[in-house]
Amino acid sequence: MSMASDEHGHDHPKHELSSHAKRIYAIRNLLVEKGVISEKDIQCQIEYQEARSPANGAKLVARAWVDAAFKARFIADPKAACAELGIDATAINEFVVLENTEHLRHMVVCTLCSCYPRPILGRPPDWYKSFNYRQRSVVDPRGVMSEFGLELPEDVEVRVHDSTADIRYIVLPLRPSGTEGWSVADLAKLVTRDSMIGVMDPLPTIPE
Amino acid sequence: MGRAMNAVSGRFKPGDRVKVRFEDRPGHLRTPWYVRGKSGWIERVYGEFLNPESLAFGRDGLPKKTLYLVAFNQSDLWGEANKADKLLVDIYEHWLDPVPSVKESA
Repeated sequence: MSMASDEHGHDHPKHELSSHAKRIYAIRNLLVEKGVISEKDIQCQIEYQEARSPANGAKLVARAWVDAAFKARFIADPKAACAELGIDATAINEFVVLENTEHLRHMVVCTLCSCYPRPILGRPPDWYKSFNYRQRSVVDPRGVMSEFGLELPEDVEVRVHDSTADIRYIVLPLRPSGTEGWSVADLAKLVTRDSMIGVMDPLPTIPE
Repeated sequence: MGRAMNAVSGRFKPGDRVKVRFEDRPGHLRTPWYVRGKSGWIERVYGEFLNPESLAFGRDGLPKKTLYLVAFNQSDLWGEANKADKLLVDIYEHWLDPVPSVKESA
């Protein structure tokens, strides 16, 4: 069977594939041919994976900033709060919201691998999975934060969460000052992926 | 909290001092090296979860293990650190031993 043919109903990339990619396509084709999964299953899974993005987390955070009752529900039962906003977080076993304050900042890492709240933040960035981040975030969190542009005064406590088991963590960052009266949609534009991992603050203004 | 998060289980409660076992053996161990042998305290009881050391080898994960959020002072782990800074790790009960309080051991 040719890897680059479309004789079974879909196109494959025409450029030279790596041996790993060839193996993946071969396994995929076999699974479909044997009826283990269908083309439709694969398409649904791709759509599901792409729907999982930091936009989900940003929506939750922005809503929590403007709605104190929602914030309380988000902290007490994050999965129910996700369902309330139409975000599918059912794939997470358990999930915990870490609320930043003026005196307390949280930061999340998985030193063992790359555990990450994918349904609400999408795929983790490469740096989150790097040995560099995984080693240095636990030893020198303030140094790592300063490389992301966040300089914390000595009297702010830093709590690093090493996500080693069944719990997934998201940081609820501080609402930037000067955003009183903003809409949820505009506030969500300030909530970066990195601010929900906890290595930096939300943006002060909407990016151009 | 979800289903397991309400569970009150296990031998420890929030505030209890604990020491992480310093041990090594072949297998899928989810307790980071840098906290083995270190002392901290229970911050939160997460409830009972399937044991990843069993799940990783295609077994059933039973019996379930109580999972805790355990807090450590950064200065107890690394020496030099901001006095207020903490590190929090999710650790299963079979990795934790009680640390008697000063009163009890006196």
